[in-house]
Amino acid sequence: MSTQALTRPRIDSTNGVWLALGVTLVVGGILVATDGGSLFSQNSTVSLLQRAAGLGIVAVGQTFCILAGSLDLSVAYVISLTSLIAAETMAGSDGRVLPAVLAVLAVSAAIGLVNGLLITKLRINAFIATLGVGLLIKGYLEQGYAGPAGAVPVSFQHLGYDRVGPVPVAFLLFIGVAAVAWVVINRSRYGHHLIATGGDLDVARLSGVRTDLVLIRTHVICSICAGIAGLYLASRLGAGAPRVGAEGGYDLESIAAVVLGGAVLAGGKGGVAGTVGGVLLLAVIDGIFNQLAVDPFFKQVVRGVVIVAAVAIYALRLRGRRAAR
Amino acid sequence: MTTETIAPTAQARRGRWGAGSIWPVVVILVLLLVAIGIRQPEFYDPPALLAFLKRSAPLIILAAGQYFVIVAGDFDLSVGSLVTAEVVIAARLIDGDPAATGPVIALVLGFGLLVGLVNGLVSTLLLVPSFITTLGMYLILVGAVYTWTGGSPRGALSEEFRMFGRRGIEGVPWLGEIPYAVLILLVLAALAVLAMRSDFGKVLLAVGDNPRAARLAGGRVAGVRTVAFVISGCCAAVAAVLLGGFGGVSFQVGAGLEFTAITAVVLGGVVLGGGRGSVVGAMLGALTLQTLLTLLNLLGVAGALASAVQGLIILAAVAIGGLRART
Repeated sequence: MSTQALTRPRIDSTNGVWLALGVTLVVGGILVATDGGSLFSQNSTVSLLQRAAGLGIVAVGQTFCILAGSLDLSVAYVISLTSLIAAETMAGSDGRVLPAVLAVLAVSAAIGLVNGLLITKLRINAFIATLGVGLLIKGYLEQGYAGPAGAVPVSFQHLGYDRVGPVPVAFLLFIGVAAVAWVVINRSRYGHHLIATGGDLDVARLSGVRTDLVLIRTHVICSICAGIAGLYLASRLGAGAPRVGAEGGYDLESIAAVVLGGAVLAGGKGGVAGTVGGVLLLAVIDGIFNQLAVDPFFKQVVRGVVIVAAVAIYALRLRGRRAAR
Repeated sequence: MTTETIAPTAQARRGRWGAGSIWPVVVILVLLLVAIGIRQPEFYDPPALLAFLKRSAPLIILAAGQYFVIVAGDFDLSVGSLVTAEVVIAARLIDGDPAATGPVIALVLGFGLLVGLVNGLVSTLLLVPSFITTLGMYLILVGAVYTWTGGSPRGALSEEFRMFGRRGIEGVPWLGEIPYAVLILLVLAALAVLAMRSDFGKVLLAVGDNPRAARLAGGRVAGVRTVAFVISGCCAAVAAVLLGGFGGVSFQVGAGLEFTAITAVVLGGVVLGGGRGSVVGAMLGALTLQTLLTLLNLLGVAGALASAVQGLIILAAVAIGGLRART
């Protein structure tokens, strides 16, 4: 890695997304300005950052999974479940915020543990394992809840609605989670083991990395991030919602955001900084389209094109660089 | 994926029971069929059985298409949205006019082929992992269909279009009615088996097992992978025609089908990542999944809990397959 860093071109896939973000901001800002609006007004900035926060926290967790060469399709249902656990435990009372938060973290960690054990000990492909766990949670949610349940006290809604200047508290939470994740991935022993495991599982294991343990930890972290996002959504909605995760498409969108940030699905390459860029890029595109009052469904189309195009550019650049050597 | 050397005995055993084998799914299917037989013996009356096969046909066809993609080491996450798009497009273009049926069916099949071709070319020429390509295609198709219809499906399918999903050859002795869906299924299944026995199938398996080795051995890797996506797209189009016949026109008709199809394929012993498993296994996996849902329905397990039971059984089945592969 270190020798490679010297010869690596300045723009690679993990910072390419920041370049794309800058270009999008400039072009989008001009487009919106000619349309008579402003992309950088207080209102649109706040809603843009607000939107980024929820997806962002999930995507940071998903980054761990994808770095390990795994993925987590259960996050959407974990979000719904934890939003309900939070709202029902709080039941509108201020004193029960702490127990509710702890319960959410414990349940989401347990789900991550199950995911990790299924993948490592029972050797189930991560795609199927997390899909199956997701189906289990979905069944429980649909059986037990027809609509929103529980209530969040006003004190907890500060997380969803307060802001510092133009920056929502939730966005600060997202940045905080991302910063912690960055330190863990880049500065801890676990982080190095994570990259090694994702790069080549067999080589990592033969080098003495306890890859099973790494994968289990990774899935616990990813689920906890989904749980935190569930807390945020509960605070935002004022209640728990059994379908908020699935309707938001958090499973596939979080994977898309991570990949947009330059991570390779096969594992071992990518990073939190890229993911933050990917999330912001998706949010900015959303914001621009909102300002231009484009058909909301058309946004989906653009998203799809942007994601595929970005990955194609990364992949072709990577091949070009390999060919040049 | 893994390249460890395996003792001959272990390999022989893996051949029969482990990853890629169809026997685990056969056992599960037989158990489920016995359970249904005990609960409701009339399930085995030929007309009821044919009706069950008719209902299962779209998923089996989707699973067969998905198999080609998965065995080459790819994913196709776009099939569910493709089914929805096809049904919505057909309804709007036909708009109740019987004369439009023929051209629209041709268009539906052509669109499936086109979507598969785009998926394949983007994945092979632009080097985008198929998970992302088809995820992008999923977003594009969903968004495009909503945009095109303005948020709610318009138009109606003609009776001639619905015939393929609903009706059959009537007045057959003993069997009653032979649904067109079952005939279509049989033809496609036979074609799928033949395709996997041809050179194309062998190269496809080799590509899934080790793309690099396949390329060095002279296999046209990009070509066969693209064809696999085209097959998957066409299968989705056929499934859409059948599903359009069964039910109404809605945005929900294809929702989640991509995951169900992938689950069915994996249940049939096909390994994600490619190289192992048979198309018969994939189709049996789909049949097993449909049988499981029928059984849950008979047992009175509510629709909501059914997905939980489904999840549990899939995990168990795949776990048992995986553990067997190790021993």
